[in-house]
Amino acid sequence: MNDLLSNYLPIVIFIGLSALIGVALLVAPFLIAVKRPDPEKVSAYECGFDAFDDARMKFDVRFYLVSILFIIFDLEVAFLFPWAVAFGDVGWFGFWSMMIFLGVLTVGFLYEWRKGALEWD
Amino acid sequence: MNSDITSFASLAPAFPEMLVAAGAIVLLLFGIFTKKERANGVAMAAVVLLVATAGIVIFHPAQGVIFNGGFIADEFARFMKVLVIGGAAFALILSLPSSRQHQLDKFEYSVLVLLATLGMMMMVSANDLMSLYLGLELQSLAAYVLAAMKRDSARATEAGLKYFVLGALSSGMLLYGASLIYGFTGHTQLDLIVDQIVMGERSIGLIFGMVFLLAGIAFKISAVPFHMWTPDVYEGAPTPVTAFLASAPKVAAMALLVRVVTVSFAPITSDWQQIVIFLSIASMVLAAFAAIGQKSLKRLVAYSSIGHVGFALVGLSSGTAVGVEGVAIYMAIYVTMTIGLFACILALRTQNGAVEDIAELAGLAQRRPFVAAMIAVLMFSLIGLPPLAGFFAKWHVFLAAIEARLFVLAVIGVLASAISAFYYLRIVKTMYFDEPVLEYAAVPRELTAVMGVTGFLVITYFVTVGGPLAAAARVASGSLF
Amino acid sequence: MMTLPLFFFYLFSIIAVASALMVIVARNPVHSVLYLIVVFVNSAGLFMLAGAEFLALILIVVYVGAVAVLFLFVVMMLEVDFGQMRRGILQYMPIGVVIGAILLLELLLVAGSFVITPEVMSSSVIPIDNTMENTRAIGLVLYTRYVYLFQAAGAVLLVAMIGAIVLTLRHKPNIKRQDVVRQTSRKRHEAVEIKSVKSGEGL
Repeated sequence: MNDLLSNYLPIVIFIGLSALIGVALLVAPFLIAVKRPDPEKVSAYECGFDAFDDARMKFDVRFYLVSILFIIFDLEVAFLFPWAVAFGDVGWFGFWSMMIFLGVLTVGFLYEWRKGALEWD
Repeated sequence: MNSDITSFASLAPAFPEMLVAAGAIVLLLFGIFTKKERANGVAMAAVVLLVATAGIVIFHPAQGVIFNGGFIADEFARFMKVLVIGGAAFALILSLPSSRQHQLDKFEYSVLVLLATLGMMMMVSANDLMSLYLGLELQSLAAYVLAAMKRDSARATEAGLKYFVLGALSSGMLLYGASLIYGFTGHTQLDLIVDQIVMGERSIGLIFGMVFLLAGIAFKISAVPFHMWTPDVYEGAPTPVTAFLASAPKVAAMALLVRVVTVSFAPITSDWQQIVIFLSIASMVLAAFAAIGQKSLKRLVAYSSIGHVGFALVGLSSGTAVGVEGVAIYMAIYVTMTIGLFACILALRTQNGAVEDIAELAGLAQRRPFVAAMIAVLMFSLIGLPPLAGFFAKWHVFLAAIEARLFVLAVIGVLASAISAFYYLRIVKTMYFDEPVLEYAAVPRELTAVMGVTGFLVITYFVTVGGPLAAAARVASGSLF
Repeated sequence: MMTLPLFFFYLFSIIAVASALMVIVARNPVHSVLYLIVVFVNSAGLFMLAGAEFLALILIVVYVGAVAVLFLFVVMMLEVDFGQMRRGILQYMPIGVVIGAILLLELLLVAGSFVITPEVMSSSVIPIDNTMENTRAIGLVLYTRYVYLFQAAGAVLLVAMIGAIVLTLRHKPNIKRQDVVRQTSRKRHEAVEIKSVKSGEGL
């Protein structure tokens, strides 16, 4: 068990260090920066106008489509990792089973393409 | 850790599944590479594919357990697969005449029905908790999309969303149960789980796992108290999709339930029996009372289907081979009646659109005597009047319950059946004795054909298909015990 | 020295549980999603401690990298007044607490009896091999022994793809699209017409 942890020691140090730097950069301005705010400086700025409306507008459903298609291919790639690692041992059977899997998803990809789901408008 | 698939021939038990999968992909490719939308052509091709698959299942059955125990093809799977494929094929035929009104005139519709059918066949043949789950998800995911496919209709979208949220919840429960079962037995394969139960004491964790698993499946067959989604989804979804959802997926989920409890949990029959008896009584009684107040025809059918699941579960409650035989016969007759009923509902159209209110059926017998007669026959069959098919369905399950000495259950079943007669007969009364209010549009030929076939089977059940069906069901249930 | 893994276990689980609580308590739904990401990352840490590196990293790649982003889009797509929705929380609180308590009780029961029957660990079809890294162990069985499940997963992904497109893809009418073949095969005489106009007359 301890063995496992010592394996990950570099990444723990790395995460700790990056967290430290991140926090330091956030905190430092509060401590050392010059702060002389006035109403004009702290007001919202939008190309010289006052803000027209709330910035939290509705997102288009197309963003959703893009991200869900991304998830599907993300998962497809996730299946490739163990295959690559065990490639030498799974033999031709493993090779063709992955090819069929990729083939099915390629059909899905062709469907997306022909449907125009990869175009924005 | 090698696969047991050594040659193409060793895949033989899974040939029907492979055919459906390949067909779905070919139709998808055909759909995207042809310029014109030929949705009805693709649907016809899908029907032909399903018929061919049913042909393989019936005439060239290859039996065995393959994929290292993940997949089983036995007599029970064969029987249920024919029902599933038949239900899906007829539901596709029903969608042909009105595909445009229901916005189902896309080739994706047929492809999704085929993929859902593939999922159902995997459910029927599942011999492992993992393949069970994947089959269920494949079927459910396609069904959610089908329910919401009429995307400009707020009701269809709502139906799809409700179906999805509750379906996802039930899948979660099922997975939780499956993981508990795996944790306490160390196996996911159904026939190895049973060995583990026989060897060890039944642990509280295993019982919890089983309860969660059954709750998840009860959602899919919409047994009370997991039925809440059914009326809303059946009412909101486009009618041809409702016909599909009410027929084939219920058979597949019921087959799954039967296989899981009789194969994996045979040593703890008394434990699951309690749950199944409760589901059965609750479904029969609630459906009988809740359907009385319904005004919409599709909601009424939803409650009726909940009730029929309850009756089918009466057979399973006995936990015997005779009981499972009863369930198999019941599901076969249920699918036939459901398809016939939806053919009638789809045939009820005026110039302004579909008729979905019961009150609007007034005087149908004078305007469309054939449709009215078919609805009346199906209603009498759904009540369970002899000599129609519905009577024999109930007779088989109640017989099994009485043989297993579940007298109270059988009495409640008969009482619920009598109460439910009220709302079925009310429809017949509206059609035959009320003054006509609507002018109906002509009935498409496909629907007349489906009504004719199902009506013929329901009326002549005892002299034509009854004997062979009962024999096939006996062989099917024999393969589980 | 068993204390260090134990320390990390409690660190990850406390943060995970606290953030999970924040997911449902946070006022702003966007903050809820951000807390959800913290839950995912800490769960990945727990997987890591259990020795399941592959699952841990997939959790980060798929759930943090994709699913959480999807959730953000969905949350931003809905114009729901979340303050309004939260108003009913006191009404539903008792039943929620009861269900939560029942689930907790069940978990305790299950965990309690698991200690009693540890022999199932060794009776599994595929015994746990500690000498092999688990990405490789998954790779060895997923594509051969479990080929059926693998292909079924492919079919599920295909349905997800078709479903997402069928339900959400809508093309705006009158959009001029790029069509490379049509554009490059266009001839001059299809596009331009030369007319000789006499002077002083106009067209």
